[in-house]
Amino acid sequence: MKTVNLTCIGCPLGCQLTVQMDGSEIVSVTGNTCKTGDRYARKELTAPTRIVTTTVRVTGGTLAVVSVKTAADIPKGKIFACIKALQAVEVPAPISIGQVILPDVAGTGVAVVATKNIPVK
Amino acid sequence: MKQYDLVIIGGGPAGLAAAISAKKAGIDDILILERDGELGGILNQCIHNGFGLHTFKEELTGPEYASRFIAQVQELGIEYKLNTMVLELSHEKTVTAMNRTDGLFQLTPKAVILAMGCRERPRGALNIPGSRPAGIYTAGTAQRLVNMEGKLPGRKVVILGSGDIGLIMARRMTLEGAEVKVVAELMPYSGGLKRNIVQCLDDFGIPLKLSHTVVDIRGRDRVEGITLARVEQGKPVPGTEEFYECDTLLLSCGLIPENELSRGAQVTLNPVTNGPSVNEALETNIPGVFAAGNVLHVHDLVDYVSEEAAAAGVHAAAYIQSGNAPDTQSIPLHCQNGVRYSVPTAIRPGHLAPEDFVTVRFRVDNVYKNKRIAVYAGETKLLSKKRNVLAPGEMETIKLSAESILQVQDLTEITLKLEDA
Amino acid sequence: MYDIIIIGAGVSGCAIARELSRRKGNFLVVEREEDVCCGTSKANSAIVHAGYDAPKNSLMAKLNVQGSRMMPELARELDFHYQNIGSLVVMMDESNRENLNRLYENGIANGVEGLRIVEHDELMTMEPHISKDAVAALYAPSAGIVCPFGLTYALAENAAKNGVSFQFDTEVTHVQPIDGGWALDTSKGTLTAKVVINAAGVHADELHNQVSQEPMTIVPRRGDYFLLDRSTEGHVKHTIFQLPDRFGKGVLVSPTVHGNTIVGPTAIDIEDKDCTATTQEGLDLVRKKSAVVIEDLPLRQTITSFAGLRAHDTRHRFTIEEVAPGFVDCAGIESPGLSCSPAIGVMAAQIAGDILNLEDDPTFDGTRKGILDPKTLSPEQRSQLIAENPAYGTVICRCETITEGEIIDAIRRTPGARSIDGVKRRTRAGMGRCQGGFCSPKVMEILARERNVPLDEITKSGAGSKLILGTNKDHV
Repeated sequence: MKTVNLTCIGCPLGCQLTVQMDGSEIVSVTGNTCKTGDRYARKELTAPTRIVTTTVRVTGGTLAVVSVKTAADIPKGKIFACIKALQAVEVPAPISIGQVILPDVAGTGVAVVATKNIPVK
Repeated sequence: MKQYDLVIIGGGPAGLAAAISAKKAGIDDILILERDGELGGILNQCIHNGFGLHTFKEELTGPEYASRFIAQVQELGIEYKLNTMVLELSHEKTVTAMNRTDGLFQLTPKAVILAMGCRERPRGALNIPGSRPAGIYTAGTAQRLVNMEGKLPGRKVVILGSGDIGLIMARRMTLEGAEVKVVAELMPYSGGLKRNIVQCLDDFGIPLKLSHTVVDIRGRDRVEGITLARVEQGKPVPGTEEFYECDTLLLSCGLIPENELSRGAQVTLNPVTNGPSVNEALETNIPGVFAAGNVLHVHDLVDYVSEEAAAAGVHAAAYIQSGNAPDTQSIPLHCQNGVRYSVPTAIRPGHLAPEDFVTVRFRVDNVYKNKRIAVYAGETKLLSKKRNVLAPGEMETIKLSAESILQVQDLTEITLKLEDA
Repeated sequence: MYDIIIIGAGVSGCAIARELSRRKGNFLVVEREEDVCCGTSKANSAIVHAGYDAPKNSLMAKLNVQGSRMMPELARELDFHYQNIGSLVVMMDESNRENLNRLYENGIANGVEGLRIVEHDELMTMEPHISKDAVAALYAPSAGIVCPFGLTYALAENAAKNGVSFQFDTEVTHVQPIDGGWALDTSKGTLTAKVVINAAGVHADELHNQVSQEPMTIVPRRGDYFLLDRSTEGHVKHTIFQLPDRFGKGVLVSPTVHGNTIVGPTAIDIEDKDCTATTQEGLDLVRKKSAVVIEDLPLRQTITSFAGLRAHDTRHRFTIEEVAPGFVDCAGIESPGLSCSPAIGVMAAQIAGDILNLEDDPTFDGTRKGILDPKTLSPEQRSQLIAENPAYGTVICRCETITEGEIIDAIRRTPGARSIDGVKRRTRAGMGRCQGGFCSPKVMEILARERNVPLDEITKSGAGSKLILGTNKDHV
């Protein structure tokens, strides 16, 4: 049995959650004041995910970089793999919002898409 | 120069939303004046997600959120001028502006909406002693360099201030290859969202030191290190100093509404918000001059900026359409017991229809648990609402029913305060 | 071999260079920093003292009165900001009357014009924010305020216009006599000149002691300051000093030529000649002392605090003389050095020029136009200017309303701006209340474009003060 402490991000209350775990099994969640806390703890400790937002280089555009995001959540553990996969990527302008920059980033099955329109310089 | 019914100063989220709603309310000749090279304002550099949950029921990044409003502005055929700086706004609503193609020009609209946004508190205003080398940036300046120029302003970073921009930049710098050593916060609580503390700091093992501040900056040419110390009763505690070797100090220590133009026009400012004092129509002391967004008071979420600005657009349209409304009694709205400020600061019952609701936005001055937000008109309780937690970092919104206000006899003041639940 | 090399491009060095350029010759100014006006000249009270304070019959007194008399005409010739606003030395306690009278008499002896003592009631009408406890003050109508950057750049540009060369990023480490002059070992190789003028500010003693038997010690005396937002304009109308009393010397509170309010300095002797860091104690002291004389001073409106070093000769005197054959000192130039600078230039140039019997140069042009400030134009003229040069239609610094046109002008001058600080001190871009938060990335882009260097190489103030340390994902 191990105890993990978490801060719930569901609302400004920021409940301090205490989670009892047996291996990867969640035994109990305490400290939450509503259901959101319980749900958050279970997700965060079994399969945490994040949207990653970053930039990739642009050639011939009005800006040197374009902002991008993962089109859906990816596993939290893949954040840096995602960044690494974008390191050498370079996209020619024009670029439009939603344009796929990388179809499947770091084997997550999730695409990286542009979040900004970049016209040609 | 073509003249316009409504001139909106600023093409960020507030200016865009105000223009759209004024247009939909029937005003045709609208001009947005934007000092930057594109519409969208500061959203263009806020590439993280989390925008738009209230407005669009989905999570967008800053540029995506802006693009939805920009698309509407374009579809509605609203005119705008980019790279255009407003130099002066007169008390009589004459707007003097300048750009490369039109030179210096003047506009005399029927109404003006102030939507200039805010700026960051710089190092000087924080009175941090030490040397003045390169490598001290406000978080927003760093954000622009990283997110729009693709340049890293530093590699080993300390951040002072745990407002959302500081937290977001901790993650951005980390993801782009810098090492963020610590985030220090003067107050015993963070002004940022819980979610940002978890996802921008905890995810990357970046420590957050509450009740700490920078007491020295070292380095002649470039920052070589900073010293943090613990703070008690607003003063650094001797003996608690800790040196951090770093090449960069990012400051995220508060935002200040940008009211140079307002001041020049003799718009009355609220000393607490540093933004204009407005009535329930978001109108300043100058009839026909309205304000919305961060120029009025610093918001926590852009969704609320859009909502507030849309209201300003509707009120401005009504003003243009009905001319100068007759002066009616203006009832002051006072803040007490933990409420730091409110927008508006006055309500004119004569301008309310019974079915209206008056939106009041405010912030509290400390972290409170188990309180009630209460509004009184004299002895009459207009509203009482239970809140489990209130924090200075979160903007609060209540809606007062006009009917309840109009029912009060001999109304002289309205009071907004916190009470024990 | 140069005829004359001036070491140091501060206000003294540049004033000397400009005066020398009236003569025929081959002159060079060497400076260890990347620009003129990077040491004491950039961080001081920005005031022109009337001259009542300097010891009677001293060189300091003579040059101060001369310098302050020359300043208005020089400001017209060279187009820099100077305002003759007058100063007040405020006495807070009647028991100090004798010292006030002594200061008055010293001023009369020094030849200061228009001095008089004003009593409480008149003082209160002159300065409504002065403490109600103020008893009287010495009023010096000839005192003024000046932009120290503007003055120094004006002198340097006019010197350059008349043929003086400038070499930056060059530190003189050693001076030695050679046949017919001097050899200077520098960080960029050896330079030779028939005559050397030592205007090296806080470092002048190090050079002096290499050539003279009479030792000199210059102690860097730090002064901490606050600079307040322009919204404080009018809080005080004159430069206000406190008459030293049993609690020591006070601090001054003064308007600046740009409408800010300056408050300071402290006077703390330190060891490190390169350390201009402020300290909490220093700033607290300024805060405390300023409150004695001025009521409700809006220190909350501080936009920046800074510290400068005064080149204090332990003997408290200026040394402007030939201290070895062909080696002229211009050393120990502490307060009121800025006020004295026009007269220092004349005096030192005279000494050096006489050594070489330099002839007058009939082509000398003593005028210079400063960077055009579009705010001084009528709306029609301004539109015309933008039509001719659209760069004047783009505002880069929002707080001070500085256009791209002004910034380009600053960069293209000789000597021109090469860094963010160089642009800031010449144009005020970044000197407003946001302190460059919005405009510094844009100024960096303009500098990179105009100087044709990569963005990453733009610095805050030369040398190691790089602003960009990498590119996104270069080390992930």
